[in-house]
Amino acid sequence: MGKLVALTGNIAVATAMKQINPDVCAAYPITPATQVMEQFSEYVADGLVDTELIATESEHSAMSACIGAAAAGGRVMTSTSSQGLALMWEMLYIAAGMRFPITLACVNRALSAPINIHGDHSDSMGARDSGWIQIYAENAQEAYDNQIQTVRIAEHMDVRLPVMSCMDGFITSHAIDSLELLDDKTVRDFVGEYKATYPLLDVEHPVTYGALDLQDYFMEHKRAQAEAMKNSRKVILDVAREYKKISGRGFEYFEEYYMDDAEIAIVILSSAAGTVKVVVDAMRAKGEKVGLLRPRIFRPFPYAELADALSNVKAVAVMDRADSTGAEGGPLFMEFKSALYNNKKQPLMINKIFGLGGRDLMLPDIEMVYRELRDTKNTGKIRTISEYITVRGEEAAYGKA
Amino acid sequence: MKKKGWKELPIGGLILEAANTKNYATGDWRTFRPVIDLDKCTNCMRCWIFCPDSAVCLVEGKVNHFDYEHCKGCGICAVECPDNVKAIAMIEEAKAKEGK
Repeated sequence: MGKLVALTGNIAVATAMKQINPDVCAAYPITPATQVMEQFSEYVADGLVDTELIATESEHSAMSACIGAAAAGGRVMTSTSSQGLALMWEMLYIAAGMRFPITLACVNRALSAPINIHGDHSDSMGARDSGWIQIYAENAQEAYDNQIQTVRIAEHMDVRLPVMSCMDGFITSHAIDSLELLDDKTVRDFVGEYKATYPLLDVEHPVTYGALDLQDYFMEHKRAQAEAMKNSRKVILDVAREYKKISGRGFEYFEEYYMDDAEIAIVILSSAAGTVKVVVDAMRAKGEKVGLLRPRIFRPFPYAELADALSNVKAVAVMDRADSTGAEGGPLFMEFKSALYNNKKQPLMINKIFGLGGRDLMLPDIEMVYRELRDTKNTGKIRTISEYITVRGEEAAYGKA
Repeated sequence: MKKKGWKELPIGGLILEAANTKNYATGDWRTFRPVIDLDKCTNCMRCWIFCPDSAVCLVEGKVNHFDYEHCKGCGICAVECPDNVKAIAMIEEAKAKEGK
């Protein structure tokens, strides 16, 4: 049993970083991720870590410095949110394409405009095709646990890809939560020593990074990158199982909450799952067969396993904390629909866009979704495929109990 | 050079060998090729100095021929060849090939 403490999600992540003791951290402050590096810079100033901390002039530069440090041969970490992640955009693809195992704590926040500092998933969902592995945490405990695991996943020789570990801005990042910490030695033994491949600082063996790659070889390099992402599926499972052995905690690809005999279910990422669980408990107490599926891994998307988890459910509501305007639903919904297309058993599926810019998702809002799912299951008819909920200007179809 | 499949390539587009551009044949970029008349050439070496692709080849210290595997046909050699010599002509690549 580790030490039980009360920390914000940000400080929980900074603590994990302290225990990992990376070689280089390059970052630029942005709400709500600021506290991660602010806290970590105290560890640097106090001599508790050996990390070279680089305060850059922008997030574009922060990720560029991370890439340079990773090429040099260092274990590298950073943290950002929202516009910061957006400013890193081109460098995100470069980090992935150059196969650097950089890890990033992404504290999810809405993207402008209109300007907003609160939590939604538009930032990381926008980066879903950048080639980064993405892990989503429900609470501070999981954010801490995931942060430690990201290093092992990223650095595995079958993977060598950057990993983004996400938690909800403010709800998780700034609320004080109770969590259990591992001791420093356990974390250091778990992450192990980093062995860089072809470090630039190995002057005896010079190599060229970032050479022009045209029609003749670009596709072969992309194919190899796709294979690394495929390989990460097994590595993510192995690392999660090994972490469970040392901590007694954690999930693999996803968490199932009363899914065994569930007839209707909600699929939702991150902190909102905690609220859904409260509703599930109350409805289960009344004998209703409701369930919750919370994906932990979004990239690589565990399509076969997630489709299997939903195959006995009659009606599902996938709830997205981000929209992809012009598409038929949010990014999570599209993944699930795609995952189920080749399944023999397919539940009726609806999509709800919620919580944009940190809009609260309350218990009655979730009850409303379950009411609609119950109706959808009973009638076999979908009223509307995708819609916004908890938004003013239109009456919610299932608003009244 | 046989092109490698994706499983055989170094990670992340790395090039593990130093100074390997000599293995990259750029001669097929050429539209015009330089042809030298050695009877006119005075061995002033200007073409050898100015060639950006090190494609002017010497034999026993004297200008002898061009490396058509790497010459991109930029024509700098023909321009730099002194006005009173003009030993290098730029010939259309297609015509030069027909002539063979």
